[in-house]
Amino acid sequence: MNNNNSLLRHLPWAVLAVVGACALGVVALRRGEAINALWIVVAAVALYLVAYRYYSLFIATKVMQLDPHRATPAVLNNDGLDFVPTNKHVLFGHHFAAIAGAGPLVGPVLAAQMGYLPGTLWLIAGVVLAGAVQDFMVLFLSTRRNARSLGDMVREEMGRVPGTIALFGCFLIMIIILAVLSLIVVKALAHSPWGMFTVMATIPIAMFMGVYMRYLRPGRIGEISLIGVALLLASIWLGGAISTDPYWSVVFTFTGEQITWMLVGYGFVAAVLPVWLILAPRDYLSTFLKIGTIAALAVGILILAPELKMPALTQFTDGTGPVWKGALFPFLFITIACGAVSGFHALISSGTTPKLLANESHARYIGYGGMLMESMVAIMAMVAASIIEPGVYFAMNSPPAIVGADVASVAATVSSWGFAITPEALDAVARDIGESSILNRAGGAPTLAVGIAQILHQVLPGQNSMAFWYHFAILFEALFILTAVDAGTRAGRFMLQDLLGTFVPALKHTDSWGANVLATAGCVALWGYLLYQGVIDPLGGINTLWPLFGISNQMLAGIALMLCSVVLIKMKRQQYVWVTLLPAVWLLICTTAASLIKLFDANPAIGFLALAKKYETALDAGQILAPAKDLGQMQNVIMNAYTNATLSVLFLVVVFSILFYALKVGRAAWIRPERSDKETAFQAQPDA
Amino acid sequence: MEENAVFNDLSRMGKYLGQAARMLVGMPDYDTYVQHMQTQHPDQPLMSYEAFFRERQEARYGGGKGRPVRCC
Repeated sequence: MNNNNSLLRHLPWAVLAVVGACALGVVALRRGEAINALWIVVAAVALYLVAYRYYSLFIATKVMQLDPHRATPAVLNNDGLDFVPTNKHVLFGHHFAAIAGAGPLVGPVLAAQMGYLPGTLWLIAGVVLAGAVQDFMVLFLSTRRNARSLGDMVREEMGRVPGTIALFGCFLIMIIILAVLSLIVVKALAHSPWGMFTVMATIPIAMFMGVYMRYLRPGRIGEISLIGVALLLASIWLGGAISTDPYWSVVFTFTGEQITWMLVGYGFVAAVLPVWLILAPRDYLSTFLKIGTIAALAVGILILAPELKMPALTQFTDGTGPVWKGALFPFLFITIACGAVSGFHALISSGTTPKLLANESHARYIGYGGMLMESMVAIMAMVAASIIEPGVYFAMNSPPAIVGADVASVAATVSSWGFAITPEALDAVARDIGESSILNRAGGAPTLAVGIAQILHQVLPGQNSMAFWYHFAILFEALFILTAVDAGTRAGRFMLQDLLGTFVPALKHTDSWGANVLATAGCVALWGYLLYQGVIDPLGGINTLWPLFGISNQMLAGIALMLCSVVLIKMKRQQYVWVTLLPAVWLLICTTAASLIKLFDANPAIGFLALAKKYETALDAGQILAPAKDLGQMQNVIMNAYTNATLSVLFLVVVFSILFYALKVGRAAWIRPERSDKETAFQAQPDA
Repeated sequence: MEENAVFNDLSRMGKYLGQAARMLVGMPDYDTYVQHMQTQHPDQPLMSYEAFFRERQEARYGGGKGRPVRCC
C-alpha cells in the first residue's frame, strides 16, 4: 500500500475530527446566548467515532494484540446455554442492555447544577480515555481467562487477600447502589398518587406475565411483552383518572417514609419469591421499555433540535450548589460516574459478556463501542435536563431546608440566584405534569421525566399529553430501578454469604433456607437503613447518598484499572501501561480527595465529622438545630453522619489496600524478565 | 424466484431481530442450542423449548456468584 493512499484513507476521519472539535468549541466558548442541543450531540458523536476508529484500534492492536485466531471461552466451552458464540451485533445489544441503567440518566441531571459544560466535557473525555478503556480491557482480560469474574481475576493475579477485599468493595457498592436507587424512587413517588398507582400496578402485571409465560403459553416472550406494555400504558391512563378522583387519589397518596417501608418489605419478599413470577417478566418489560425510550428520546432530540436553557456554567461551580455540595474538583467527577466511567461495568464485562463472545476481535466493538453508546445516553440525559427552565430545575432539585417549602418562597429564592421563575410558572408546570407540586423532587428522575415529557409530547401526537409522558418516564425509571432492587438484593445475598462464609462456613450453604433468609434480611436491612436515613434527612438525602455512590463506583473502576495495569506489566507490555494507569491514577485522586473532603471538611454541609460535631455540641447545650425538630432527630443526624463517615473510611481502606498490593505485585512483575500473567493457553479458533 | 429470495431475506431478518430481542433479556437462541446438542452431544437428552426457557430464566435471575444481571 502506498503512502498517498493511506493518507487519503484518514482524510474523512480528519474532517470528522475537525467537525467534532468545532462543535465542541461552540459548546464551550459561546457565552451569553442560548445554543442548540444538537451542538452537544454532534460534538459527542464525532469525537466518539474518531476515538473508536483510532484509540480503540491502537488498544486492540498494540496494547492487547487481539488475535482473531485464538479460540474464545464461548467457542471452547460452547454448551448452547451459558457459553454461546453469539453474533456480534446481537451481543452488542445484550451488553448494552446490561450496562445501561438508571446511572447514566441520573448523574448528568444532578451535575447540570453547574451548567451543561463541565458535565459534557467530563462525559466525553472520561468515556474515551477511562470508561470505555476499562470496559474493553476487562472484557479482554476475562476472555483470556475463561470468562472469570473481576473478583476471581484480582485473586488470581494479585493474591487472595486483595481478592477478598475487592469482593468486599463490590458488596459495599451493591448496598449503596440499592439504597440510592430506591431513594430516587421514593423521591419520585412521594405524594404522587398517579405515579404510585402506576408503579404498584406493575406488580400484578408482572405476575400475570410470569404465570402466562410459565403455564399458559410457556416461553412466549415476545407476545406477552407486547401485552405487558399495553397493560402498562393502560395503567398510566388509569392513574391519570385516579389522580383526579377525590377518593382514590387519597388512597394512593403516601409519604416518603411510608414508601420506604413498602420498598424494604417489597425488597425482602421479592428476593425470596421464584424468579419467574415477578423478577424475570418485569425485567423483560423494563429492558424493552428502556431501549424503546432511549431510541425515542434520541429521535425526539434530533427532530426538535431544542435550545439549551441552562447556562454553560453556573455560579455553583464553586461548590455552593443547592442540589449537592462540593466544588467541581473532585465532586463533578464522582457525581457523573456511569456515562463517563463506571466500575460496575467491570462486573458485566467480566463473567457475563465474555461467555458469549464469538471472536476476540469483536471485543473492541462490544467493550469500547458499548460504553460509548452508554455515554451517548448520558449526553442525552444532560440535554434533557438542560432544555427545561433552570428555575424549574432548581425548584425541583433543591431541598426545602435551603429554598423553603412553598412555591412563593421557592420562586423567590431561586430567582434571587439569577434563574428567574414565578410561583405561577411552578404551579403551571405541576399542573402540566399532573402533580400537585414539583418542589423537593431531588434525585434526577423527576427532572429527567419533565425533560423527556417536553420532548416526547411535542414529537408524538396527542393533546395535553405532557402529564401522560411525564408519568410514562417516571414509570420507565421506576421499573428498572425496582428490577435492580430485586436482582441486586439477590446478588448481594450471595456476596454476603460468600463473604461471611469465609468466617462462618455454615452460612455458605446457598441451598439452606435459614442461611438464605438470614443473608437476604441482612442485605435488605443494610440498604434499607441507608435508604431510611436518606429519606428522613432534612437536607434531602441525595446530598449525602449520591456522592457516596459515586465514590464507591469510581473506586471499583479504580480497582479494575489497577488490575488491568498490573496484568499489562505481567504480560511485559509495560510500555503501554499508561493506557490504564493514567485513568486509574486520576480515579484514585478523585475518590481519595472526595472521601477526605467528605470526612474532614470544616463546613458541616460537606464534612460528615463537622456535621456530627456541630450537632453534638448543640445537643450537649440542650439546643435543637434546624432542620431537626426534636432531640430524637438530633440523634438521627449525628448517627447518620457517623455512619457515612465510617463508609468513607471503608472506601479509603479498600482502595489503598488494593493499591498497596497492586504496587507490590506490579513492581515484582516489572523486574522479572519474563511474562508472569495467568492467561489461559492458546487454542486455535476452529474454522467457522 | 426473485420474490422468493426477498421473502427468504425478510424471514431471515425477522428471525435475526427476534433473536436479538430475546438476547436483550438474556435468552439465548433455542435453535442454536438444539443444533449444538445434535451435532456435539447426540447421546445426551435434549431439553424441550419449555424446559430450556425455564432453565435459562432460573440461571439468569436465580442469583449466584458472578451473576449481576445489570448495572446501576
